[in-house]
Amino acid sequence: MNELFSLTVIVGIITSGIRLATPYLFASLGEMFGQRSGVVNLGVEGIMLTGAFTGYYAVLKTGNPWFGMAVALATGALMGLLMAVISVTMQAEQGISGIGLTLFGAGLSSLLMKVLVGTPTGVSGFRPINIPGLSDIPVLGELLFNYEIPTYIAFLLVPVSIFILGRTTLGLKIRAVGQNPEAADSLGVSVVGVRYATVIFGGAMAGVAGASLSISILDIFQENMTNGMGFIAVALVYFGSWRPVGILAGAILFSMVNALQLWVQVLGLPISPDFAVMMPYVLTIVVLALTAKQIRQPAALTKPYERGE
Amino acid sequence: MRRTIWIPRLLEALLPIVAVLLAFAIGAILLLALGENPLQAYWILITGAFGSVAGWTATLTKATPLMLVGLGVCISFRGGVINIGGEGQLIVGALATSAVALALRTWPGWVLLPLCLLAGAAAGGVWGGIAGVLKARLNVNEILTTVMLNAIAFQLMNWLLRGPMLDPAQVAAGTNIPQTAALPEQVWLLRLVPRTQLHAGIFLAIALAVLVYFLLWRTTIGYRIRTVGLNPAAARYAGIPVPTYVALSLILGGAFAGLAGAVEVTGMHHRMLEGLSGGYGFSGIVVALFGKLHPLGVIPASVLFGGLLVGADKMQRAIQVPSALITVINGLVVMFVVASDLYVRRARRRYSAEAAAGPTILPNTQSLPSADQASSTP
Repeated sequence: MNELFSLTVIVGIITSGIRLATPYLFASLGEMFGQRSGVVNLGVEGIMLTGAFTGYYAVLKTGNPWFGMAVALATGALMGLLMAVISVTMQAEQGISGIGLTLFGAGLSSLLMKVLVGTPTGVSGFRPINIPGLSDIPVLGELLFNYEIPTYIAFLLVPVSIFILGRTTLGLKIRAVGQNPEAADSLGVSVVGVRYATVIFGGAMAGVAGASLSISILDIFQENMTNGMGFIAVALVYFGSWRPVGILAGAILFSMVNALQLWVQVLGLPISPDFAVMMPYVLTIVVLALTAKQIRQPAALTKPYERGE
Repeated sequence: MRRTIWIPRLLEALLPIVAVLLAFAIGAILLLALGENPLQAYWILITGAFGSVAGWTATLTKATPLMLVGLGVCISFRGGVINIGGEGQLIVGALATSAVALALRTWPGWVLLPLCLLAGAAAGGVWGGIAGVLKARLNVNEILTTVMLNAIAFQLMNWLLRGPMLDPAQVAAGTNIPQTAALPEQVWLLRLVPRTQLHAGIFLAIALAVLVYFLLWRTTIGYRIRTVGLNPAAARYAGIPVPTYVALSLILGGAFAGLAGAVEVTGMHHRMLEGLSGGYGFSGIVVALFGKLHPLGVIPASVLFGGLLVGADKMQRAIQVPSALITVINGLVVMFVVASDLYVRRARRRYSAEAAAGPTILPNTQSLPSADQASSTP
């Protein structure tokens, strides 16, 4: 166990943990806006996969990671729109329609991959930034100034979300629609409009989350590569009690456990890799069970809104 | 009133079929955009599944686990809980069945086979029950826990099939393909057509569909499950212990998925191996929704979707159109069916004075159990 506590390994775990937090942060913060307005989008997994593919394909064809990110964002927004039509306009049961969207996205991304690409090949996605001077500082440079741009954007999204949700009219409208849609409606806030906006935004962020895996962290697309991350992202919104800071804490906790798990395998510690991979999922259940009693979810969560006569 | 109801009822019954046709139409557009010929692809898909004896036996073989998982999904959804954990429940069921069969391999078949099937159902029930108890006691979102339990079951399988349950013959040969030893022959389910894989599990599944119908509509337990699903508040007023029935819905749902795993092991593969679950846990949800969450509707639904899986394999081999197309179509069917529920609710309100009489396809629509449902319980 001594190896686990050497400085290199600890720095390694922390840096890979921060890097792995990127997709969770994008997806969870986006999903949080939808849920604050009363819509659970369980299709995050499918949107992430589709965004991961379209972003990867765009980079494969153009070599421009920014263009790939934009394509993934647009793909995600489109799938968010689909989810909004089904869950807001058609008032469908949100849990089941989200599973439909996940199947759709998983199938679509794998179909497109097989037809358009075939064998997965790596792409040159985002590179770690390199600020002369700062990035070279031992330990600190590696901990702070050595990630790809999407990781910085993901962490920046936390204060931005806090500001939008707590300090702007838009944030107030979102919270009102999620808490009491009838009252919001009577004050002239468009319940449908706000919910469309948040679900489409959430979709766009899920698309970016997928692309952050395929063109920033791993630089390759593989079938079903998110492997449940989308569902964990939804769980993180519950875990963080619908607050950006809570989500940040949850995302870091999870990605650290994930990173630890990877390093346990790298160092060949006598823990079965299967159990190591299992850890984040077990942790999700335990944490959900421990926090379920205290959290107060938005009052209108999962309830479709229909104007009374 | 009664006379005018049949028109929307008929349209309502046709909605899942409309959803499937619409999904195929979108799939066709997708294929066209990718430069494939959709008519050729769909022709191979349909004839591959339903155009020959071999196609039909393969279709019915796939329909068997789908039917069992779909029945479990029916019970869970009727009870107002959304069970996404079919995949994990199926895996632990298959593992438990294999473990029992291999451990007691000298026992006679008439004891061992029922024991194996029960072990599978029990393991699936426990796996579903974890989510059920957490939902009932602590109000933990069951969608999230069942998804996490899928991942945990998957890792558990990886570990067992590479370690404690790995076939000794594989170890000896040094090949280490992750699978168990073959199960003793006395637990193999009867093969119905020579040189095919169609096995007696299909009869078990159909019999259980009828049984689930009786459970849900002819017993007190079923009545309570449905009442809790329709309106937990009303159920509580009526003195039904709601948490118990929430947990029970997930335990029963898990037990059916576990049994599907047991039947796959004893009827199809005769051992536990990686990839045995094959996405049945998710396809079972599509089957249950297509069957309008009715146990008898699940029978034709599972044959249809089993056929699509078989046809998709044929299509992939014949003209290299990836079978993932079927996953796309499944996803679209789910979305269309749940979206069309709005139409069903509105039509019912329009045509019927006793608004929202029967349950719509969704659990938890806020309506009271109606008189004709209540009268069907003893």
